[in-house]
Amino acid sequence: MEHPIQTDYLRWIVLLPLLGAGWNGLLGAQLQKRVGKWLVSLFACAPVVFSFLLSLAAFFGLLALKPEERFLTDRVYAWLSLGSLHVDVAFWVDPLSAVMILVVTGIGGLIHIYSIGYMHEDRSYWRYFAFLNLFTFAMLLLVTADNLLLMFIGWEGVGLCSYALIGFWYQDHVNTRAGNKAFIVNRVGDFGFILGIFLIFWSLDQQGHGTVAFREIATFASLLQGQEIWGIGVVTLATLFLFLGATGKSAQIPLYVWLPDAMQGPTPVSALIHAATMVTAGVYMIARLNFLFSMAPVTLEVVASVGVATALLAATIALTQTDIKRVLAYSTISQLGYMFLAAGVAAYGAAIFHLMTHAFFKACLFLGSGSVIHAMGGEQDMRKMGGLSRSLPWTFWTFTIAVLAIAGTPLTAGFFSKDEILWQAFSSPHGSSWLWLLGVAGAGMTAFYMFRQLFLVFFGECRADHHVQEHLHESPKVMTLPLVVLAVGSIAAGWIGLPGIFGPNLFAQWLEPVLGAAHEAHGSGAAEGTLMVFSVGVAAFGFYLAYLIYYRRALAPEHFSSLAGGLLYRLSYNKYYIDEIYQFVFIRGTLLLARIGVWIDQYIIDFIVDGSARTTALVSWVNGLFDNYVIDGIVNQLADSTFAAGDKFRKVQTGNINSYLYVILGAVIVAIIVKLRYWS
Amino acid sequence: MTHPFFPVLVLFFFAGSVVLALLLIAQMVGPKRPNPVKDEPFESGNPPKGDARIRFPVKFYLVAMLFLIFDLEGVFLYPWAVLFRRLGIFGLVEMGIFLTVVVVGFVYAWKKGALDWE
Amino acid sequence: METNLAPLLPSAEVVLTALSVLLLDLFIRKDEKGLLVWISLIGLALAGGMALFLWGSHEGAFQDSILLDDFALFFTELFLGAAAITILSSVHYVRETNIHEGEFYALVLLSTFGMILMAAANDLILFFLGLETMSIGVYILTGMWRERSQASEAAMKYFLIGAFATGFLLYGIALIYGAAGSTHLGRIASALGQTKSHGSIILSAGVFLLFVGLAFKVAAVPFHFWVPDVYDGAPTPVSAFMAVAVKAAAFAGWARIFLYQLSPLQSEWTLPLKALAILTMTVGNLLAISQSSVKRMLAYSSIAHAGYLLIALVAGGESGGQALLFYLLSYAAMTFGAFGVLIALKEGENDHEAYSDFAGLGFKRPFLGMAMSLFMLSLAGFPPLAGFTGKFYLFRSAVVAGHIDLAIIGALNSLLSVVYYLRVIVMMYMEEGGAEGKPFARAPYLYLAIAIAVLGTVYLGVLPAPALDLSRISFISLH
Repeated sequence: MEHPIQTDYLRWIVLLPLLGAGWNGLLGAQLQKRVGKWLVSLFACAPVVFSFLLSLAAFFGLLALKPEERFLTDRVYAWLSLGSLHVDVAFWVDPLSAVMILVVTGIGGLIHIYSIGYMHEDRSYWRYFAFLNLFTFAMLLLVTADNLLLMFIGWEGVGLCSYALIGFWYQDHVNTRAGNKAFIVNRVGDFGFILGIFLIFWSLDQQGHGTVAFREIATFASLLQGQEIWGIGVVTLATLFLFLGATGKSAQIPLYVWLPDAMQGPTPVSALIHAATMVTAGVYMIARLNFLFSMAPVTLEVVASVGVATALLAATIALTQTDIKRVLAYSTISQLGYMFLAAGVAAYGAAIFHLMTHAFFKACLFLGSGSVIHAMGGEQDMRKMGGLSRSLPWTFWTFTIAVLAIAGTPLTAGFFSKDEILWQAFSSPHGSSWLWLLGVAGAGMTAFYMFRQLFLVFFGECRADHHVQEHLHESPKVMTLPLVVLAVGSIAAGWIGLPGIFGPNLFAQWLEPVLGAAHEAHGSGAAEGTLMVFSVGVAAFGFYLAYLIYYRRALAPEHFSSLAGGLLYRLSYNKYYIDEIYQFVFIRGTLLLARIGVWIDQYIIDFIVDGSARTTALVSWVNGLFDNYVIDGIVNQLADSTFAAGDKFRKVQTGNINSYLYVILGAVIVAIIVKLRYWS
Repeated sequence: MTHPFFPVLVLFFFAGSVVLALLLIAQMVGPKRPNPVKDEPFESGNPPKGDARIRFPVKFYLVAMLFLIFDLEGVFLYPWAVLFRRLGIFGLVEMGIFLTVVVVGFVYAWKKGALDWE
Repeated sequence: METNLAPLLPSAEVVLTALSVLLLDLFIRKDEKGLLVWISLIGLALAGGMALFLWGSHEGAFQDSILLDDFALFFTELFLGAAAITILSSVHYVRETNIHEGEFYALVLLSTFGMILMAAANDLILFFLGLETMSIGVYILTGMWRERSQASEAAMKYFLIGAFATGFLLYGIALIYGAAGSTHLGRIASALGQTKSHGSIILSAGVFLLFVGLAFKVAAVPFHFWVPDVYDGAPTPVSAFMAVAVKAAAFAGWARIFLYQLSPLQSEWTLPLKALAILTMTVGNLLAISQSSVKRMLAYSSIAHAGYLLIALVAGGESGGQALLFYLLSYAAMTFGAFGVLIALKEGENDHEAYSDFAGLGFKRPFLGMAMSLFMLSLAGFPPLAGFTGKFYLFRSAVVAGHIDLAIIGALNSLLSVVYYLRVIVMMYMEEGGAEGKPFARAPYLYLAIAIAVLGTVYLGVLPAPALDLSRISFISLH
């Protein structure tokens, strides 16, 4: 760690996709019109593929080094420098970020290729790829940044691209709204993130080491022990703020609401951004700052509780959804919950492991659903599908493998990574049997809703109308090939992180220099084996239930939906009305505040103007009366004085200036009074 | 009694009270027998026509403003003339600059037609 | 009577240019008016060159009532730049609206002269003179589009309220003079040291009234009521000029008076100023949300940004001053840009200032759409643009000075502001219909101004180091 190896190619891993984005963003429209879409595709996919190759080079470069020296860096230039604060634009690759860049460029590359087929008919083909490349750039920036601020740029950048791609088909207003929602909810999280950065910087600055670079924070983190602000430990507060940021980006309670709506975007976008990469940024950030989180047991508890609660809540919602992509969206939220559960019990390695395997099978599931939607002519309602296994064989087989993986079928990737998390939740010093039990319950539900989806979509009779049925077709090779690769990954990716009882956990060893040694298990191998069998049993039960209801049709779903008077079903189907509650409390709340502000600006002022005008009118009216009776008594005069009063009235009201002046004067007087009061 | 400006204050006070007193006395002592003819505004003996407050063409204001500006700027020449010898070349140059600015303004007003009546 | 006139060179050059423009305007035909633009720009460039040449000097003139230090020069360059951009973006605007070109440019230049004086003034009276020179110019500029009744109304309002605020300012100066025996900043400071007269009610009241006058000029809540009406009614380039340069000039004066020499006087008022900053940010942002006109939204947004800038004044010290100067630079770039795009939408009699007029602009005029998105994101504090780095330093200065609450409220506010900035982007890329926007061929100068603003917005965000150094050097030259 002491002498990082300087390289000059890491920057190209990050910058190549940016070049692609710039190229297509500026020239794409012309190229598409004049030359053809193939050139746009070439300039979009080639940079990502090259990035992937460079990432592989970096990976093997690390592999050649001794474990404790695995650290490459590439400093480009000094970005900000002010007083004690120096921030570089610098990239680094250590075992943790190496995993991330491989996932981002590898799976990202596959999804780029898949998109060539999926988006083929779109008018704004170039715009789509420009944003997809820009996203890849921002995500790579996020995972290779060597300091918090640079990471924040990537963090905001991925949010921006996600926003642009959710609203990609802007002609439909639902999409626009979904994009806005995602953006604004994410900004709430970002607010926490930036405050966390400030707090870390400020508290380190108090100790004379103001910095935002990860390596330096790691070196000086111990100085923060015992430092307090507002009676709370600085580290606890800072990590809580950072976690707020993570809940925004990674769709956890309370900020998960944007992710299901984000499914309005094109399906490859859902696969890349809203399943495989961007939403895992929060998990990555916690793993990156693991030394800080480990110093704050309170935060870890919060992280674990939020994680497991999200995992369960999202799973219960996924049980009843009928939109093929919404089920996957809630499943993603649920799986992210597992990753946070792992992070919350300080098993960061397990979290990253699940992140990686999840990237494979969830990308595969989304792309598979994209293939289905493609074949169905845009239909997303699972109630109108069924029996598609015959017409979409490739999609069917790869989808099945991914479902097996996410359900935790033994020997698939999902089995190993989920089992690792559950075992850590049970055995880690931060874990408890409660966390384990809730996690297993979620795993059972996962198996149920995923097989429900598989049966509804691919088995039984086709429920689509004839017109759609006639046009059913398997997707082109450019789409099925990535599916196959991902399906292979959904099985094989797990074998590098075998549980302790099966053999050496290569993955944990690889991450050890960054995340520290994995916890020595409390229990024996036998305990691990027992728990594993139990959780597989629960998952198998979930499968069996889905099999009975949706394949054999031996049980009617109404048996379950009418439980407790249908209340439970309605709650789940309507997503616990969380959206409505948020809408009511926050959106309305803010708008109400804004309206109150406008009201004050207009009506209070108007009131004052009115008041002064009426007073003036009254005075002149009295004047007029006085004039009449004392001096003349001619009735005509009355009309004159009323006219005069109106004249005065008008003069006061033109322009509202008087009222402004009254307000200013009033403010000054109030301030002077306040000042004098607290003076004495 | 200590402040050198105290007598001035007294003078102000005195002047004010004299004015007030005269007005009040006139108000109290003078006979008031108003009639419509008497209440009319006095216009050199002619019967009044229309409102006493009439609109003036804005040109009057323009001319008045221009007069004020150039008049006041002309006044600056006097102190300079008095101290001409002491200020020497520096003063001459400064006054030159000042007059240039004034002349530019004058040319501007002229060319814009601010000095034409019609 | 030896006087060093070097400090006056840039401002004299500006006045000279203004007079030449005014005079030449009288003698050329209508189709030759383009010449005036070039004369103005060349004059500004010359003045800029002189200021650059004088960089690093530290001289006084007229018994030190004008100081030529890097602080003054920094702001001189800022104002000259602002004037140049204003002129560039108004070339087409004034022709379309039949505004008298010569007077327009001359007044912009003369106001600029007043601003330069404000930043360089080391004496309250001279500061006041600069302020009035600037204000009167801007009053007239506001009302120059005479065919439009809102413009006259705005000018009248601005003038009356401005005069009212000037009253506060003058009375404040008078009280300070009464308490300290001088209007010269240095002598006031030394009087404070000798007699320990701070704490006296008269001085305190004077400082307070000065704050009120300045708060009016920077448009802080509750002295903001005029802003939406005036910005809305004024010709758009003038609104931009007001939002950027007038505000910057008031902040420059505030920084010179209260961040260094009279800082003990300000520390007494920290709490009210803090309240002022919080109120300004929050009210500005809240009211901006409910606007339906982009021009009014930008007016409220400029109020909100005054609130952010007040954070730096409250924080004070080197980090506060540096953050203030840097943020003013960033703010200038993105605000000019945003108003510039607004100007580009104007089509004949129709101003096209509503949100709905931006619909589809991103596709009709890709450059304008891209630029406006950048400005909106930057104003919302999105990295890595100028608005982000600027806000980062502002909040950092608050944190360093121990006002963590201010930093948090500021960050919350910039979160709030996303709502209405985003609306513009949504309109441009996700709706259809709306205004056409001028093509490049019909408004090359305006496009140049917008392009400069884009460059500034990106440059200050991606490579802020040189500008930050400049800000620091400028600010510490006060000492």
